[in-house]
Amino acid sequence: MIHLAAPLLLAAGLFSCGIYGVLARRNAVLVLMSIELMLGAVNVNLLAFDSYFHDQLHGGQILALFVIAIAAAEVGVGLAIVLQLHRARGSIAIDLARGLADEDPPRGAQ
Amino acid sequence: MTGAAFGAIGFLALCAGVMVVTSRNVVRAALWLVVVMGSLAGEYVLLSAPFVAWVQILIYVGAVVVLLLFAVMLTQAPTSSSTTLDSPNRWAAGGVALAALATLATVLLSAFSHARIDVKTASKSGAEVTGDTIFRAYTLPFELISLLLLAALIGAIVLSRRDIPGGDE
Amino acid sequence: MIAQSAWLLPALPAFAALAVLVAGPQLGTRGAWLAVLATLVPTVLSIWMLLQTIDRLNHALTSAPVIAAHRIATLGPLSVSASTRVDGLAALLCVVVTVVALCVQVYSTAYMRDDSRYSSYAAFVSLFTAAMLIVVLSGDLLWLLVGWEVMGICSYLLIGHHWEDKPNTDAAISAFIVTRFGDLGFTAGLAVFAIGAGSTSISTVLGATYSHTTLVVGSLLLLMGVVGKSAQFPLQTWLPEAMAGPTPVSALIHAATMVAAGVYVVDRLAPIALTGASSATLAVIASITMVFAALCALAQEDLKRVLAWSTVSQLAYMYAGLAMHSNAGIAHLVTHAAFKALLFLAAGCVAHAVGSTLMSKMGGLRRGMPLTFISMTVGLATLGGFPMLSGFVTKDAVLESAWSARETGVVATWAAWLVLVAGVVTAVITAAYCVRVWLRVFAGRAPKGVRPHDPPLAMSAPVLFLTIPSAFVGLLLTGHWFEVLLFGDPTTAVPLEGVSFTGVQGGVQVQLSWALVSSAAAAVGAGTLFLVWRAAPHRDPARILGRSQAFIRDGMRMGELYVRLFVRPLRDRFAPTVATIDRRVIDGGVVGTGRSAVGLGGLLRRTQTGNVQLYITVLLVGVLALAVGAVAL
Repeated sequence: MIHLAAPLLLAAGLFSCGIYGVLARRNAVLVLMSIELMLGAVNVNLLAFDSYFHDQLHGGQILALFVIAIAAAEVGVGLAIVLQLHRARGSIAIDLARGLADEDPPRGAQ
Repeated sequence: MTGAAFGAIGFLALCAGVMVVTSRNVVRAALWLVVVMGSLAGEYVLLSAPFVAWVQILIYVGAVVVLLLFAVMLTQAPTSSSTTLDSPNRWAAGGVALAALATLATVLLSAFSHARIDVKTASKSGAEVTGDTIFRAYTLPFELISLLLLAALIGAIVLSRRDIPGGDE
Repeated sequence: MIAQSAWLLPALPAFAALAVLVAGPQLGTRGAWLAVLATLVPTVLSIWMLLQTIDRLNHALTSAPVIAAHRIATLGPLSVSASTRVDGLAALLCVVVTVVALCVQVYSTAYMRDDSRYSSYAAFVSLFTAAMLIVVLSGDLLWLLVGWEVMGICSYLLIGHHWEDKPNTDAAISAFIVTRFGDLGFTAGLAVFAIGAGSTSISTVLGATYSHTTLVVGSLLLLMGVVGKSAQFPLQTWLPEAMAGPTPVSALIHAATMVAAGVYVVDRLAPIALTGASSATLAVIASITMVFAALCALAQEDLKRVLAWSTVSQLAYMYAGLAMHSNAGIAHLVTHAAFKALLFLAAGCVAHAVGSTLMSKMGGLRRGMPLTFISMTVGLATLGGFPMLSGFVTKDAVLESAWSARETGVVATWAAWLVLVAGVVTAVITAAYCVRVWLRVFAGRAPKGVRPHDPPLAMSAPVLFLTIPSAFVGLLLTGHWFEVLLFGDPTTAVPLEGVSFTGVQGGVQVQLSWALVSSAAAAVGAGTLFLVWRAAPHRDPARILGRSQAFIRDGMRMGELYVRLFVRPLRDRFAPTVATIDRRVIDGGVVGTGRSAVGLGGLLRRTQTGNVQLYITVLLVGVLALAVGAVAL
């Protein structure tokens, strides 16, 4: 007998850790690790409900497998991007990638 | 008994997860990630999903973490302790994370505080059942996943080629 | 018939003006003849109208005016009509205006032939004629104001015809601003009366009853307007400067018509415009102007300026006649129109022969240009008050009316005496300056290089024609028909301060006593000046003015006084303040709005730091808020 609340709380806690990691870490690889944490939390959630509902088709387990597959693909492509970033900049600190910034126009270009 | 085990492994997973996001050493963070994945695999077993647990170990610990470590090496990340791994955003991040935790916990607990999983009457699961289900009911998503993996493969190769001219962003 | 056709009088010249303005360059000289034709037809028409009116008045029992109205606008309780009101006074003045305008148009075909902008000139002269006719024939106060203002703008455009030279545009602007200033009072006065009567129709306004203050205030305001338009003291500075315009323009506008429009309006609105206060004020203003202007005329070197100051002085005579509540003012208007137009056109002929309007360049012109000589001599004689000529008759009538006003008590005794004294003094000076002009232009020897010759027929014919009315119209006006013509509408009567008064009365009579007085005065003035001249024929007889001659020649420096009092503070202190306010406050407001928008944008731009983790943080905060909201609500 497992309280359903237990895996759900575990999932919530891991998810929050993942959020913190995505938002607070400067190294791009560490951000990717935090994303993996979040995906793991999601998997726990899926499997907990799969078990709770006694699903015959095991939709939760199948979906968890798919999540793992997608996570792997995502890590692959993500790391390729990180490598390109490193080649272009020499650093993979997220702070330094400011291309999206909106700068003040130069003086006189009002 | 399963409940206690579940609780213990879950606690381990949580602590390791916290260590992943707060460690000052990139390699140590990766290793703590291994601990998290391993504990999660244990949890999956306790939730009557042994096949998923093995896949988790195989792929996550075996491939993903290794890949992450390769990336750490290739990007010359500092392998010793470094204080520059946390951005100034971490206080806001902490706040958001705590808020998310609070929201999720409140919602989930208020909904499912009295529910219990009866592991003894769990339906059959395992490799045979999973394979049967995939190739009967979930064939199409399976094919799509393989396409997706192919696309990711090609994308990763293309993205990391040196001889493609690109902007200096 | 009169009612249906009266509107043609202003309409024809107006259409001609429009046509010539639009198609001027293509029409060329044909445009000028179109303008002449468009003035000829109204001339014939107005003469016919006058004869019809005289006939009607002689046979009819009432002398009510013929009115035809056409509503054009409604302003609250007032409805404005473009209406014509034909009575004796209007018919007479239409003849005067159209005849003078015709003479000027014909004269201009030769005088302005070589001008590159002749077509616009002819158009504006036509437009001016139309506007003056609107004023004369108007039966509605606001419609009259329309004509009044159009005259003002035509005067500005015509004075500044040769705008290539700055002094001309300066003169035009000065004329416009001074008359406009007077027009403020005029408009206010009209408004007071229109609102007091509840209508803008002249018949209603003349017949309504007003409170005492309304009458006094309205009449004094109207006075302000006519003082400006007729260049009376203290608003006389613009008329001598307006001589910068072409000579025919001076003849038409600044001698015969526009400046006399004020006289006409006061006479038209006499029951309400000539209250006790305004009559007294008018008498004072007229008396001062008379003498002042005559002195200035005596001191001038430029022939046209002499005539300009003379006009101011003669206008004062007309206003004096009005102030004495008699029709002598209108009579003098008629004769003055004839002889002043004659004098200006003749001055143009002289200038044509000599090449300048300065009297120092003239002399001995009696030989070689007989037509001009004869006509100008007649004109100067009648202006100077030669017995039995037109000018003498009507000037005498003014003095006579002042004497009888003193007896009947219609006006204050002191006002009547003032007018009498001023009138006699002015007669002396007028004769003096007329003789001076004659001597300096025609006597002596012609200067070197000047070949006196008569101008082309188109110029000398109108001049010769005008000689006849200049000489004889005065005697014509002494007939009974004149008094009947101007008898006015007996149904309009405004009780005025206890004195029973039914409009402007009386005709033109030549009384022996005053005839002798004015003849003697003229003889004194003429004789004195002749003797002074005889003593030194090559020197200016005006040297009797002594050291003050230069001061008087400048109009006693009143123009400069006004510049110092009004123009300099406005231009040097007030205008820059307004400009600064416009730049800082109004422009600043507009620019400031732009700047603050940009500034606000800049503030908002600070959120776009480029730090993706910040973006995701904010995103997640939003998502959590939504989630909490969705769950809690």
